Amino acid sequence: MPAILEVHQLVKKYGDLVAVKGISFDIQEGEIFSLLGPNGAGKTTTISMLSTLYAPTSGDATIGGFSVTRAPMSVRNIIGVVPQDLALYEDLSARENLVFWGQMYGLSGKSLASRVEEVLEQIGLADRAKERVKTYSGGMKRRVNIGVGLLHKPRLLFMDEPTVGIDPQSRRAILDSVKQLNAQGMTVLYTTHYMEEAAELSDRVGIIDHGELIALGTQEELTHQVGENETLVLHIGEEEDAEALAKALTGIPGVLQATANDHQVSLITRQAEEILAPVVMRANERGIRIRSVDIQEPNLEAVFLHLTGRGLRN
Amino acid sequence: MKKLLLIGLKDLKLVFRDKAALVFMLLAPFLLTLGLGFVTGQFGSSGGGIGNIPVILVDQDGGELGTALVEMFQSEDLADLVTVTLVDDPDIARRGVDEDQYTAAVIIPAGFTASILPAEGATQPGETVQILLVSNPTRPTNTGVVKTILEEFISRVEVGRVGGTVAITQLLSGGLITPQQAALLGMQMGEQQADAVTSSTAITLTTNIASQAATEFNALAYIAPGMALMFLMYTVSNGGRTLLVERNQGTLPRLLISPTASFQVLGGKVLGVYLSGVAQMLILIVASTLFFQLKWGDPLAVFALVLAAVFGACGWGMLLTSLARRPGQIAAIGSAMMLTFGILGGSFMQMDMMPTWVQWLSRITPNSWGLDGFSILALGGGLGLVLKPILGLLVMGVVLFAVSLIFFNRRGISMK
Repeated sequence: MPAILEVHQLVKKYGDLVAVKGISFDIQEGEIFSLLGPNGAGKTTTISMLSTLYAPTSGDATIGGFSVTRAPMSVRNIIGVVPQDLALYEDLSARENLVFWGQMYGLSGKSLASRVEEVLEQIGLADRAKERVKTYSGGMKRRVNIGVGLLHKPRLLFMDEPTVGIDPQSRRAILDSVKQLNAQGMTVLYTTHYMEEAAELSDRVGIIDHGELIALGTQEELTHQVGENETLVLHIGEEEDAEALAKALTGIPGVLQATANDHQVSLITRQAEEILAPVVMRANERGIRIRSVDIQEPNLEAVFLHLTGRGLRN
Repeated sequence: MKKLLLIGLKDLKLVFRDKAALVFMLLAPFLLTLGLGFVTGQFGSSGGGIGNIPVILVDQDGGELGTALVEMFQSEDLADLVTVTLVDDPDIARRGVDEDQYTAAVIIPAGFTASILPAEGATQPGETVQILLVSNPTRPTNTGVVKTILEEFISRVEVGRVGGTVAITQLLSGGLITPQQAALLGMQMGEQQADAVTSSTAITLTTNIASQAATEFNALAYIAPGMALMFLMYTVSNGGRTLLVERNQGTLPRLLISPTASFQVLGGKVLGVYLSGVAQMLILIVASTLFFQLKWGDPLAVFALVLAAVFGACGWGMLLTSLARRPGQIAAIGSAMMLTFGILGGSFMQMDMMPTWVQWLSRITPNSWGLDGFSILALGGGLGLVLKPILGLLVMGVVLFAVSLIFFNRRGISMK
């Protein structure tokens, strides 16, 4: 399948701060590609450059054969963008928003009207289309935000953390709609810091941290990087010192890596069951009570942990 | 061009859905015009304009001149201008003014006629007495009209008295009459003068007011455009603020990543501000015409002046937007600018009362040029007479837009 997006050594600097440090990747037509990384990793800056909002400091990218730096207008006709934050006129209704944004994408007349009705059906707001957006719930606003990005049937859709701050039901609906859009042939570049979302949606995942693309591949390829290792996650109380516990557990035979996250300690090990007893004993010696234990098969979280020594939500 | 227009119309729609903005754009100038109209006596019992001014008269004199003054106030010529009530008790008259039932009380004291015309058998007039005008401070304009009528009466009486004195003195010095005859002749001339005062054609206000047009000039024709222009500055600064608000709420970046050129986005935003300003001015003009019976003048010239005034004001709005970093800055500076320009531009007081250097400085404000134009039109001037203010406003707009564009280009419309 041909690449719809090709990124070459893309760099973005803000003064001394290098937000994106020469990343390169490509996305095949029809693919869902996720950029997975913690907050501040450079995901939104990357999307902003690819969507022609910011000019890269160096490097380039082509979308559908058009350079984002040399032919931004052509690129804008191909892409759709669902920004991380809501970008709607709250004093306009959902329909008025869709009509306005449709016009900005060159739609007009009957094609605009019919497309607006299709999108309203698609996002499940046809019956409340006349109400002003400011009267909607957070989830409904998110759906309108997505609808705007779909109006002109883009070949490549950028979705920048579209599920941040919404309820589980709306989140589920958004994930399902991404799959549905992809099934209809739309290519999607999806950014998230939720490992579960990347795992559920993606054909391929790029892991980004501190502006660098540190891993890229299918989920199988990525989890293979941590080998057959398992992750033992110890949940402790809020008052306990996770850092101290991680340090104390590092010396136990069989513990390959110990990392403290929010009120939990993640241990990478070859065989979780084998180290469980000494881990609990060591925690007891330190006076730290373990509330619960999870044993996880190799996953993207473990890959990130393995590559950076930190959890995704740190 | 189509997208530019669509963005402008979208902004116009959003402005008219913003209740807070509507309060400042329309309600505030309308209410201030109404309030200032009341303060300056533009809304007397007649409901607006100059006419049917309630005046209460007390004639304690009873002589020829006292009667002549009463008859003059009651004459047909002044019937539309004043409504006269005659009473005997000065206290009743004063109370009527205090209770705001009358614009003024005119009290003609006893001996008024005798103080001007020598009594029968006397060779000299009696002791000087003065007519008392009790004015209502809440109706200064209408009180001024009553005062003008009185001054006109006194002026005519004085002219007659001086003329009579000179004539009799010459007759006496020429030996043509005796001193006894002089006294009788003086009295006869005084009576004729009194008759002449009442029988002469209308007392008009033209003596003290420059022209007939001035007589018809309603002070609201100055107050209403003054307030409209002052709050126009709110509209243009608020419109500029929406550019920064759109940046913060993400709709500006979204516009910039749609297939819409930056100049279309910025042009559309400016058009939205411009359309909002024009709509505001036209609504206020129509409302003041309907509710205050205000005559703005030649409609075509008024429209041309509105277009130019909004253009000049938009220039200031864009300059402010191009310099500000946050919406809050524009709100604060815009409010200060609105008030400063209002004062400096003559929205609260006429500029000819100001020092010359302030009058020069006022030319940086759209208020000053606009008020010049609207005053000319209200006095009956046409498009030809307002070309200078229109040109001044257009030049102001062009210069300010050019400077704003330089600043916008320096940091980019997205300001990132």
